[in-house]
Amino acid sequence: MIPAFVPLKILRYGFRKKYPAERFIPKQQDLKKSYDVVIIGGGGHALACAYYLAKTHGITNVCILERGYLAGGNTARNTAIIRSNYLTPEGVRFYEQSLNLYRDFSQELDFNILYSERGHFTLAHTDAAVRTSRWRAEVNKQLGVDSELIYPDEIARLCPHLNMSDHVRYPIMGALYHPPGSIARHDAVAWAYARGAAKLGVEIHQQTPVTGLIVENGTIKGVQTSRGTVYANRVMQAVAGNTSVVAKMAGFRLPIKTIPLQACVSVPLKPFLDQIIVSGSLHVYVSQSSRGELVMGGSTDPYGLYGTRSTLDFKEGLLGHMLELLPMLGEVKVMRQWAGMTDMTPDFSPVMGLTPVKNYYIDSGWGTWGFKATPVCGMTMAHTIANDSPHDLIKPFYLDRFVDYQQVGEKGAASVGH
Amino acid sequence: MKVMNCPLNGPRNISEFAWGGEVKPMPDPATMGDKEWAAWLFLEANEAGLVREWWCHVPTSYWFIAERNNITDEIIKTYPATELFNTRVEFAAKAPSGSGEKK
Ligand SMILES: Cc1cc2nc3c(=O)[nH]c(=O)nc-3n(C[C@H](O)[C@H](O)[C@H](O)COP(=O)(O)OP(=O)(O)OC[C@H]3O[C@@H](n4cnc5c(N)ncnc54)[C@H](O)[C@@H]3O)c2cc1C
Repeated sequence: MIPAFVPLKILRYGFRKKYPAERFIPKQQDLKKSYDVVIIGGGGHALACAYYLAKTHGITNVCILERGYLAGGNTARNTAIIRSNYLTPEGVRFYEQSLNLYRDFSQELDFNILYSERGHFTLAHTDAAVRTSRWRAEVNKQLGVDSELIYPDEIARLCPHLNMSDHVRYPIMGALYHPPGSIARHDAVAWAYARGAAKLGVEIHQQTPVTGLIVENGTIKGVQTSRGTVYANRVMQAVAGNTSVVAKMAGFRLPIKTIPLQACVSVPLKPFLDQIIVSGSLHVYVSQSSRGELVMGGSTDPYGLYGTRSTLDFKEGLLGHMLELLPMLGEVKVMRQWAGMTDMTPDFSPVMGLTPVKNYYIDSGWGTWGFKATPVCGMTMAHTIANDSPHDLIKPFYLDRFVDYQQVGEKGAASVGH
Repeated sequence: MKVMNCPLNGPRNISEFAWGGEVKPMPDPATMGDKEWAAWLFLEANEAGLVREWWCHVPTSYWFIAERNNITDEIIKTYPATELFNTRVEFAAKAPSGSGEKK
C-alpha cells in the first residue's frame, strides 16, 4: 500500500515551478516569408533530414510543414523492426549505415529510444526460401553484416517457443538469422530528431498542409500552405503514402502505389519472446515490445487505398498463421489494430534524390520498410540538399532507374512489412 | 467481408478478386521507344479519389474494369473491359527504324 500522502507529495512536486516540463519544440510562431529549405511532411524522415541539415551542414534556416501532428503518419504506425540483412549490395550498404547511426542514437541525441537488439529470424518454409536465405547470408557476410543460414535444431535452441512440428501446413526448414536485428521506440526517434533540430533553429509547423507548389521555369520557388505562401531556395518532400499527390503538384509521376499496411498488438504479456520472428511464406511477423505487447503485422492490403481503416480479413488471416507458429497464443486477445498508408515501389527499393524539378528533392518509396532507414535517410537527404547532388549511398535509388531499366530488385523486402 | 460485383459472376467476396492497377492509355507498341514503354509500365498517376482500374475475378480468370473511390473504400461500378477497349491492338512490331532508344 502506498501511504496516502505520497500522491499529495507528487502533486505538489508537479506544481512546483522549479522543475518545469521540458518543451521539445517551441510554441508555434508565424511562418516566415522565406526559408533556405522547406521540408514537406513532419515524419521521422523529414525530422531526421532537418536535424542533419542543421547539425552537419550548418543550414538552420529550415522549416518543416506537417499537415497533421508531428510524426503521426507511418512513423507512429510501424512495427519498429530494424535490420540490415537485405539482398542487394546497394540495400545492405545503405541499411547497415542506418544501423550504425541507430546504435549511437540515444547517446548522440541524448534521448532514450529503447534500442533493443533481439536477433531477427526470417523463417524459410520452402526450398526456394532456403536458397534465398543462403543467398542473402552470403551477400550480407561479404559486406560485413552478421547474418547466417541456420537449420531447425539451431532454430529450436534459439527460439524455444516456435512450433517446429512437421505436421503443419508450412513446416520450418531453415531461417536467416541476423543477430543485430532490433526494435526501438518509433515515436522517440521522431521526437529526438524534432528536439535536436529545433534546438539548432529549425522551425516545425504542425497542422499546416502544403496545398500547392510554385514552380517557375522548371525550378521550385516555394510552396502554398493553408497559412499562406512560403518561398524557399530548396524544397524536399517526405510524405510517405501521399508521395504521388504531392509530386503531382510538382508535375511528375512516380513508380509508386499507395497501399495500406495493417498491424495489431496483443494485450501485454510477461516477457517471453526475445526474438523478432518473421515468416515470408506465412505473411506474419511478431516481436514483443518492452511493454509486453506482441506487435504483429503481415503483408500489405490486397488493393490500394488512401485510407487507414482496419479490416477483419487482415486480422483473421494474420492470426490464423500466427497460431501455426506460436500455438500457445490461442487464448491471447488482440488489443489494438491500425493501418498506415505505404508508398510501394515495384522493385521494393526507395526513390530518393533529385527530381525533374530543379532544387526539389524527394524521399519516397519507403513502403513497408522505412522506419529502419530513418537516420540514414535524414543523413543522405541532408547531404543531397546541401550539395544539390545525391549522396553516394542513394545514387542507385534515383527516380529514373525505372525508365533506364536499372531497378534495384530488393527481394529481401518481399511483400512482408518490416 | 466486402463484396464486389463481378460483371460475369455477380456479387462475390472481395477476396476472390485480384487488383490489377490503374487503367492507363497504352502508347503504340509499334512506334514507342524503350523509355516510353518503361514509363507506361512503371509510372503511376496513383490518384486519390475516383479511380478506374483493372480487376480480375481469380477463380474464373475474368478481367474487367472497376471504378472506385479509393479514399472512402467504395466500389462505384464494375463493367466488362469491352466497354473501354473495342479495337484490337496489333503487337507485330515494325522493323526497328532507330526507334528503340537503347541506353
Ligand atoms: C503498419 C506498418 C508497419 C511498418 N513496420 C515497419 C517496420 O517494422 N520496420 C520498418 O523499417 N518500417 C516499417 N514500416 C514503414 C515505415 O513506417 C515508413 O516507411 C516510415 O515510417 C516512413 O517515414 P516518413 O517520415 O517518410 O513518413 P511518415 O511518418 O508517414 O510522415 C509523412 C508525413 O507527411 C505528412 N503529409 C502528407 N501530405 C502532406 C502535405 N500535403 N503537407 C504537409 N504534410 C503532409 C503526413 O501527415 C505525415 O505525417 C511500417 C509501416 C506501417 C504502416
